[in-house]
Amino acid sequence: MLPIIFVLPLLQLVILSNAATFEVKNIKFGYIDNDHSSTSRALIEKFNASTYFDVLTDFPSEAKASSAMLKGEIDVVLEIPRHFARDLQKEKHSSLGVTINAIDGAAAGVENVYITQIIQSYNKNIRTDLAQISDAQIQPVIIDAIPLFWYNETLNYKTFMVPGILVLLVTMITLFLSGMNIVREKEIGTLEQINVTPIKKSQFIIGKLFPFWVIGMGLLTVGLILARLIFNVPMLGSLALMYVYTSIYILVVLGIGLFISNFTDTQQQAMFIAWFFVVIFILMSGLFTPIESMPKWAQIITEFNPIKYYVEVMRMVMLKGSGFKDILPQLIKTLVYAIVMNGLAVWSYKKTI
Amino acid sequence: MNKVIQVEGLTKMFGDFTAVDAITFDVKKGEIFGFLGANGAGKTTAMKMLIGISNPTSGKATVAGFDVYTHAEDIKKNIGYMSQKFALYDDLTVKENITFFGGIYGLSRKRIKEKSEALIKELGLEKVASQLVGSLPLGWKQKLSFSVALIHDPKIVFLDEPTGGVDPITRRQFWEMIYKAANQGTTVFVTTHYMDEAEYCDRVSIMVNGKIEALDTPKKLKEQFQAESMNDVFLKLARSPSPALPKGKGVNVGENYNNGTKSSPLGS
Amino acid sequence: MAQNPPLWGVRGAFMKRFIGFIKKEFYHIFRDRRSLFILFGMPIAQILLFGFAITNEINNVDIAILDHSKDNTTEEIINKIAASKYFSIKQMITREADIASVFQKGQVKAVLNFEKDFGRNLIKDHKATIQIITDATDPNTANTITNYLNAILQQYQKELNKDITIAYQIIPQTRMVYNPELKSVYMFVPGVMTIILMLVSAMMTSISITREKELGTMEILLVSPLKPFQVIIGKVIPYIFLSIINAVVIVMLSIFIFNMPVQGSLILLGLESVLFIITSLALGILISTISATQQTAMMISLMGLMLPVILLSGFIFPISSMPMPLQIISNIIPAKWFIIILKAIMLKGVGMQFIWKETLILLGMTVFFIALSVKKYRIRLE
Ligand SMILES: Nc1ncnc2c1ncn2[C@@H]1O[C@H](COP(=O)(O)OP(=O)(O)O)[C@@H](O)[C@H]1O
Ligand SMILES: [Mg+2]
Repeated sequence: MLPIIFVLPLLQLVILSNAATFEVKNIKFGYIDNDHSSTSRALIEKFNASTYFDVLTDFPSEAKASSAMLKGEIDVVLEIPRHFARDLQKEKHSSLGVTINAIDGAAAGVENVYITQIIQSYNKNIRTDLAQISDAQIQPVIIDAIPLFWYNETLNYKTFMVPGILVLLVTMITLFLSGMNIVREKEIGTLEQINVTPIKKSQFIIGKLFPFWVIGMGLLTVGLILARLIFNVPMLGSLALMYVYTSIYILVVLGIGLFISNFTDTQQQAMFIAWFFVVIFILMSGLFTPIESMPKWAQIITEFNPIKYYVEVMRMVMLKGSGFKDILPQLIKTLVYAIVMNGLAVWSYKKTI
Repeated sequence: MNKVIQVEGLTKMFGDFTAVDAITFDVKKGEIFGFLGANGAGKTTAMKMLIGISNPTSGKATVAGFDVYTHAEDIKKNIGYMSQKFALYDDLTVKENITFFGGIYGLSRKRIKEKSEALIKELGLEKVASQLVGSLPLGWKQKLSFSVALIHDPKIVFLDEPTGGVDPITRRQFWEMIYKAANQGTTVFVTTHYMDEAEYCDRVSIMVNGKIEALDTPKKLKEQFQAESMNDVFLKLARSPSPALPKGKGVNVGENYNNGTKSSPLGS
Repeated sequence: MAQNPPLWGVRGAFMKRFIGFIKKEFYHIFRDRRSLFILFGMPIAQILLFGFAITNEINNVDIAILDHSKDNTTEEIINKIAASKYFSIKQMITREADIASVFQKGQVKAVLNFEKDFGRNLIKDHKATIQIITDATDPNTANTITNYLNAILQQYQKELNKDITIAYQIIPQTRMVYNPELKSVYMFVPGVMTIILMLVSAMMTSISITREKELGTMEILLVSPLKPFQVIIGKVIPYIFLSIINAVVIVMLSIFIFNMPVQGSLILLGLESVLFIITSLALGILISTISATQQTAMMISLMGLMLPVILLSGFIFPISSMPMPLQIISNIIPAKWFIIILKAIMLKGVGMQFIWKETLILLGMTVFFIALSVKKYRIRLE
């Protein structure tokens, strides 16, 4: 069991944190060159030179390219029409077919931006090459937008994902362990034994939860050290503040687990319910996909998602250096949540007897 | 004499720990063979090797004429087993449990029906036949469990602490069932840590720390150890270090043993 | 001695034994009403929730404006942004110093900073500068926000230049195939389907098998003449049925609620789903052979499967953008292959000739899991 509690999560932390990027690169790219001119070759060379595009395949026909697209071998096809170069010379413009696999709509949008950028820069080149004095034209206006990425200039997604995934892992471990705990004793029959001893309910519950709380804090500590050593994740704010918040947060999770445990008859039921909530907590935490994009009713649901608050606080304290006052709203909500959940847990435990 | 179980130097090690230490004995057809020992003596481990769910570390053993190493599947067809842990399905009714276990032993539907009716009647479970087993008292469950282990009329039945945790009256009824099975020709291999139950066996082996320290009929053992009861025999064995004591490693042959109809010492 | 009825060699007896076994398993399932309810209710709730809620598009992102110029042009741009559904302007700030503070409080995700004399520069120099400052602690969202803002600015610039014809240019005609409206539902519903089927199937089998171990009934089954693999298959078959029902419900919801098309063959979709269910069940069996208790089995199936399946299957994050080692690791995730198959059948409308490779891989994995379980099972008996 110990390897599952400690090794598995930490291993996943180190490995999986590298996976969570929406960056679009290594785009599988193919082309059909019906023109075979130096102009068309130069354009393809542009794509070849770009770091975003990968695996350039020359398809002899559209049918071949579309079959490759169906097989998933390529995601973008560029079709250069016949007389591409000639039209550009004569008509002063020529068209170009671009087909993008848009199943991942967001990625397709970005791919489209990359393609447009490459073509625009190519346009600029040909203009300087081909334009004659007589073509002199009115200068277009340009809005020069300079993107600035604060707190994370290189857009290193790992500094963001590592602490987030760490939270997920800590949450899962503590929730599953506490969720299975009481119901396991119910199933094996030892709970009756305990109920006849003079131990107080609250003492019993604290005694049950404390080890899990320690496991959660321990896992978080080791995880943070790994995050620092392997991923160089910064800690701009106060470490103490992180720990204060975490200690309350784990109580929320344990309270939920205990509540589930009290309300179920078998470990199987407890685990299915815990699984249900964990998947919701994870996917609606704002860690992987933005909460702002969810419909209003879904955003209201996320208000009850403890992971959401944890992800926010962690982002603020570790990466932005936010202080106590900044995270006060989250802190209060989490505290109230902890009190409510543990109150419910104790109440439901009393009812089980 | 027909030996249905023959064991020679059978050993099981878990890492460095020897759970069963070179035991040697044999069991005759129709016999009630008691396997006594304190908790942790190695009884269950020894039994699991005989029923083919645990591979011995060394030694020889045949059960119903089949080698435990090579013919475990054949052994399984000839034995019944009741494990130390209660092992019927709590969420199935009495009838469903019987039907299920009859089914996995390949009994025909007709035969299962006959068997289950007979069984339910014999155990007096008519009223609860359609109740979930989980709702029955432990004693009833154990009796049902025993009957289920016999459902396919095995040559040998292995019972691992069948009377653990049940009241004296049920225990007595239980032994009567064991006698009945033995009288019908089934060989019974039973472990227990209740020393008084040893008196009910035809022959008894006493296991201490993985070794068989004594093996004989209860009567002879009591003579040998000058003891009043089997309980005293066991206490003497457990207290004194083994080498000083006479051993019974399968050398005794209960000559006076009678394969015919036995009468229960309980006096039914 | 009562004679043993002939046990082996009779096909009928074998089948009967099996049917008895399966019946018993169904009793277990149907007696536990709560689990049954959970088993069928949760996938429905999840697919509904996630189908609507999970999207990597952006919507109504709160931004702040720092306008040093305050002229007609900046006002026009601000109005354009406010009018888009992607952004809502939360705040107008006046000092550079406020940027840090709005970010730190987490009030906005981006700040647009117009330079001084923005409008005048645009007329005079044909060029003006604007900063798109994003809170990149969430780099993925920051990147998307920047792209969207950029697009709006580009659009505005195009409008300003509409009277000027630019010579010598290549005009791309872009076609978005398989998902022309760029709906993110098309991307996520197959993923959600996969995750639910995978985890529910793997959890169900691993729990039901370890449960018998914990209760001690497994030992009785192993002492019976049933072979270990027969015991396992008997246990798994009912769960195949349950999972198929789950899969059907999920597919129906995707089609009727989320308007997922099924361009390809429904039969092929069904067969592939059954294959994937069996792969997941086989994985559950493997987990059960290495765990002695339900608790261990559940921790392994939940802790071991949940995040890898979410992150490495291409459900949310594109696999091709991951570092090479992870791309290689992703190949061992069965969910990855099933997601590819689902998208191919539902969205691309292809037949077997385009997905035979993925199908074969799933098949291979299933055989591997089962073979390994059978081997492990023997070892477990020591
Ligand atoms: N799988 C195992 N691994 C390691 N040790 C075991 C295992 N099974 C049993 N043992 C040890 O072997 C000894 C004998 O156990 P067991 O046969 O169950 O005793 P008994 O049935 O006589 O009470 C005990 O000390 C027990 O701890
Ligand atoms: Mg034992």
